[in-house]
Amino acid sequence: MIRKSFLSLSGLLLAGTASADWALNMPKGVTDLSLETYNLHMMVFWWCVGIGAVVFGVMIYSLIKHRKSKGVEPAKFSHSTTAEIVWTTIPVVILVLMAVPTAETMVRMEDSRNPDLTIVVTGYQWKWHYKYQDSDIEFYSSLARSSLEARRKQSGVDPFSVDNYLLDVDNPVVVPSGSKIRLLFTASDVIHSWWMPDFAIKKDAIPGIVNEAWFRPNEVGTYRGQCAELCGKDHGYMPIVVEVVEPEAFAAWVDSRNVEQ
Amino acid sequence: MPDSRANRSLIAQLLVLVVGSFSFGVFLLPPLYDVFCDITGFGGRTNSEAAVVAEAPDLTREVRIEFVTSLNEYAQFEFAADADSMTVHPGKMYFATFTARNLSDESKVAQAVPSVAPNTAAGHFTKIECFCFTSQEFQAGEKRPMPLQFIVNPELPDYVDTITLQYTFFDTARLAANTEN
Amino acid sequence: MTAAVADAHDHHDDHGPAKGIGRWLFSTNHKDIGTMYLVFSLIMFFIGGAMAMVIRSELAIPGLQFVHPEFFNQMTTMHALIMVFGAVMPAFVGLANWMIPLMIGAPDMALPRMNNWSFWILPVAFGILLSTLFMPGGAPAGGWTMYPPLILQTGDAFPFLIFSVHLMGLSSIMGAINVIVTIINMRAPDMSLLKMPMFVWTWLITAYLLIAVMPVLAGAVTMLLTDQFFGTSFFLAAGGGDPVMFQHIFWFFGHPEVYIMILPAFGVVSEIIPTFSRKPLFGHDSMVYAASCIAFLSFIVWAHHMFTVGMPLTGQLFFMFATMLIAVPTGVKIFNWVATMWRGAMTFETPMLFSLAFVFLFTIGGFSGLMLAIAPADVQYHDTYFVVAHFHYVLVPGSVFAIMAGAYYWLPKWTGHMYNETLGKAHFWASTIFVNITFFPMHFLGLAAMPRRIPDYSTQYADFNTVASIGAIGFGLSQLLFVWVLLTSKKGEKATAEVWDNPPGLEWTVPSPAPYHTFETPPKLNESHGFH
Repeated sequence: MIRKSFLSLSGLLLAGTASADWALNMPKGVTDLSLETYNLHMMVFWWCVGIGAVVFGVMIYSLIKHRKSKGVEPAKFSHSTTAEIVWTTIPVVILVLMAVPTAETMVRMEDSRNPDLTIVVTGYQWKWHYKYQDSDIEFYSSLARSSLEARRKQSGVDPFSVDNYLLDVDNPVVVPSGSKIRLLFTASDVIHSWWMPDFAIKKDAIPGIVNEAWFRPNEVGTYRGQCAELCGKDHGYMPIVVEVVEPEAFAAWVDSRNVEQ
Repeated sequence: MPDSRANRSLIAQLLVLVVGSFSFGVFLLPPLYDVFCDITGFGGRTNSEAAVVAEAPDLTREVRIEFVTSLNEYAQFEFAADADSMTVHPGKMYFATFTARNLSDESKVAQAVPSVAPNTAAGHFTKIECFCFTSQEFQAGEKRPMPLQFIVNPELPDYVDTITLQYTFFDTARLAANTEN
Repeated sequence: MTAAVADAHDHHDDHGPAKGIGRWLFSTNHKDIGTMYLVFSLIMFFIGGAMAMVIRSELAIPGLQFVHPEFFNQMTTMHALIMVFGAVMPAFVGLANWMIPLMIGAPDMALPRMNNWSFWILPVAFGILLSTLFMPGGAPAGGWTMYPPLILQTGDAFPFLIFSVHLMGLSSIMGAINVIVTIINMRAPDMSLLKMPMFVWTWLITAYLLIAVMPVLAGAVTMLLTDQFFGTSFFLAAGGGDPVMFQHIFWFFGHPEVYIMILPAFGVVSEIIPTFSRKPLFGHDSMVYAASCIAFLSFIVWAHHMFTVGMPLTGQLFFMFATMLIAVPTGVKIFNWVATMWRGAMTFETPMLFSLAFVFLFTIGGFSGLMLAIAPADVQYHDTYFVVAHFHYVLVPGSVFAIMAGAYYWLPKWTGHMYNETLGKAHFWASTIFVNITFFPMHFLGLAAMPRRIPDYSTQYADFNTVASIGAIGFGLSQLLFVWVLLTSKKGEKATAEVWDNPPGLEWTVPSPAPYHTFETPPKLNESHGFH
C-alpha cells in the first residue's frame, strides 16, 4: 500500500505540474474593500521586506566581515543609548504610518447602512442555510454530489478529475452585481465561520449571537470559499459558493425560486 | 538552605498570586465580561431584565427593525416573527409579536436568546417586556404568541439605520440532560 | 576558579547520586531533574512529531489516503497540546533547572522536593492525555484551543482532557514558583538583579507570566467541565452564557502563553551570541526592559486572535494598535543581537548556527505576525495556513531552535565531553533547510485561501502541500541526527571547564561535567566571568 501511495504521489507530482497552480498571493477580490484589504496586505508586506533587507543586510555583512577566521579583534562596546533610541523611535513611526490607512479601511468596513438585500446565513454541522430576508427564498447549501464520492477515504476517484473538488455546492447563493448585500450570521450547533476570500469577508457564525458583514460585488462570476472555524469532523466539507449575476438574471432567479416554492 | 524564612514568605506571596489569578479567571472575568458586554454591546448583548424607560419620541428619525429567528439544533419548534420588519421612531414604545409552536408530542421548556446587530446598537435597544426574560413552557403541540415591547434609545448613533434583533430558541431540556449524564 | 567546587567536595563525599531507579524517582537534585525534564520533552517532541507526520502524510496529496477526518482532527489537537505543553515548555523548564542554579551561583533550586513533584506530574498528565486516543469517541478533536460548544461534543475523553490540562498547569505553576524563589533568594551575594544573565532574567519574567495565566487556563477548563457535567452555563447561550467569553478567557491565557514559549528562547540566544561573537551582549539592560515590556503587552492583545468574532470597531482598533506595539520591544531585541555580532570575532559552532537561524527565522515569523496584526488583512489570514506558517515559524525555528542551541551549548557542561561537531552541523543544516521547505510554502497556501485544520483540500493547493509534506518528513528524520548526537555525546574529547572560548557566566567556572553538587559556598563574581 505504501508503494502504491508513493506511485500515486509521484504521479500526482507530475500531474500537479501539468495543472499547476502555484498561487503565491492573496486574491484581490471583486469588491472595493477586498481590494483595499489586498493593498493593506501588500503595504505591510513591503514594509517588512524593506525592514528585513536592512536588518538582514547588516547581519549578513557582519557575518561575513566580523569572523574570527579573518583575524579580527572583537570590539569591546556593549551599549549605546543613541542607537537604542533610534531603533525604538523608527519602528514607532513606521507603525503609525501603517496604522492610519488600516483604521480608515476598518471604518468603511463597519458601515452596513442602506443594504439592497439582506441574507441570513446559518451554520450547521456541516452545511450552510441561507434565507433571503423579506422573501420566501431559503435553502440549505451542502457539498456538491460530484465531490461526495471522491472525498471518501481511498475512494479510488482522482480528485483532479472532479471539477472544483470540495469547493462546489448543490445550491449556490445568488446575488445581483453592483448591489450592497448585507449578511447576518448565526449558527445552530457549534461555531462556524463564513469565509469568502474574494469579498474579504470572514465572520464567525455563533449559536445565540447574530453578526453582520456586507459586500458590494463589482464583477459577475462564481466565487468560492469555505468554513474557516473548526466545527467537527466534516469541517473541511462545507464549502460556500456565491454566484454574482446581472440584476436582470437575479430577478429571473428570484422568480424561478418563487415558482418552485 | 539559605534563609528558609525568606523562601516561605515569597512562596506565600506567589501562592496568593496563583489563587488570585485563578479567582480572577473564574469569579471576576465572567461578571466583568458581562459588564463590558452590557456597556459596549459586545456580542450584541441587550438588557436581560425588564427596563423602565420614559418615552421621548424623535419623530424626525426612522429606524428599521429587522427580526431574525433561529432554532438551536435540538429545539423542535416552529418559531417566527409575525412581521419580518417594522419601521420605528427612536424614543417611542412599540410592540411586536412572535409565534412559537412545539412540534414535539411532549411538553418542552424553551429559552429565547436575543442578540442584536450591529453590536454598537445593542446598548440602545431596550426591551420593556420580553418573552426572553424567562423560559417558556409549551405543552405538546401548543402554539402561542409571545409579546415583545421595546424602545429604541434616541441616542442611537446616526450611522445606524437598521437594527437586527435575532432570537434563537433553545430547548432547555438539553441543559438539564447534560447535567444528568 | 574551582575553589568553590573543591570546597564543596570536601564535606560532601558521602552525598553523591543514589543508585538505580531511585535516583530518578526520588531525586531532588536540580541537575537530575533538569535531565529528566529534557529527556521527557524530547520523547514528547517525537510523539508530537509522529502526529505531525500523520497530518503531513494525509495532506501530501488531495483526497483521503490514510485517516478519517475525525482522526485527523484528533491528530491536530493532540499534536498542538503535546508540542506546547509536553515538548516546548518542559524543555525550557529543564534548561532552567540545569542552568539557573549554575548561572546564579546557587547550590540547587530553592524547593527541591517540589521540583521532583512538578516533574513527575508531567508523565502522569501526558499518560492520561495519550490514553484518550484509545477511548470511545477517540481523543479530543476540537482543537487545542478547546472552543465550546464544539469541545463539549468530545466523547469519553472530555473529563480526561480537562484533568490532564489541570495537571500540566499544576506542574507549570510549581515549576514557576520554584524558579522565582530560586532567583530571588539564592543568587550569589554580589549578583544584583541587573547583573543577572539574560537567560535568568527571561526565565524570571516567564515564571511570573506562568503564575499569572496558568490559573486562568485552569479556570477556563474548569468552567467547561462544570458546563458539561454540573449544569452551569458559563459558555452556553441557552442558559444565559456566551461561547465567545471562553475565547476571551482562553486567549487571555493564550497570548501570554506564546511569550512563555519564546522569552526563555530569547534568553538562551542572548547567552550564546555573545560567546561566539567574543563580545559582551549589547544593551543588556534594554534587553531586560524589552522583555518586561513584551510580557506586559502580552496581557492586552489577546483579542487579536478574535478579529472575526464580531467585535465593535473600537475594540478592534485597540487590539490592533496594542498588537502592533509589540513589534517595538521585539525589534529592540533583534537589533541588540545584531549589534552584539557587529564587530565581534565570530565563529560558527552548532549552538551559534542554531542561534543565527533563530534570529533570521524568528524575524520572519515576526514579520508575518506584524501582517497578522493588521485587522482587515487578518480577516483574510485568520484560520488559514498563513497563520499555521506564522506560528510554526516562531515556534519551530523560534523556540525549538533555541532549545537545540541551548542543548548544544551546554551539552559539554552536562556530559563532560564535546559532542560530535560534524554531526551537530549536519543536524543544523538539515533542520534549517527542511524547516523552511515545510513551513514557507504554507504562507502561500494560506494566502491562496486554504483553511487550517482540514483533512483534505481542493486540487489547486496540491503542489505546495506536497512540498510541505516532503519538507516535514525531512525535518522529522533530521531530528534523528540529534538523537545520534546525544547517544554519542560521551564519546567525544574531554571538555574543559570553560568549554568555549572564554564564555561569560558562572556556569563555566565549575568543571565539566558539572559535579553533582556545585556552589555549596556562593562564588565571587569577577570580570573574567563577564560581570562588570
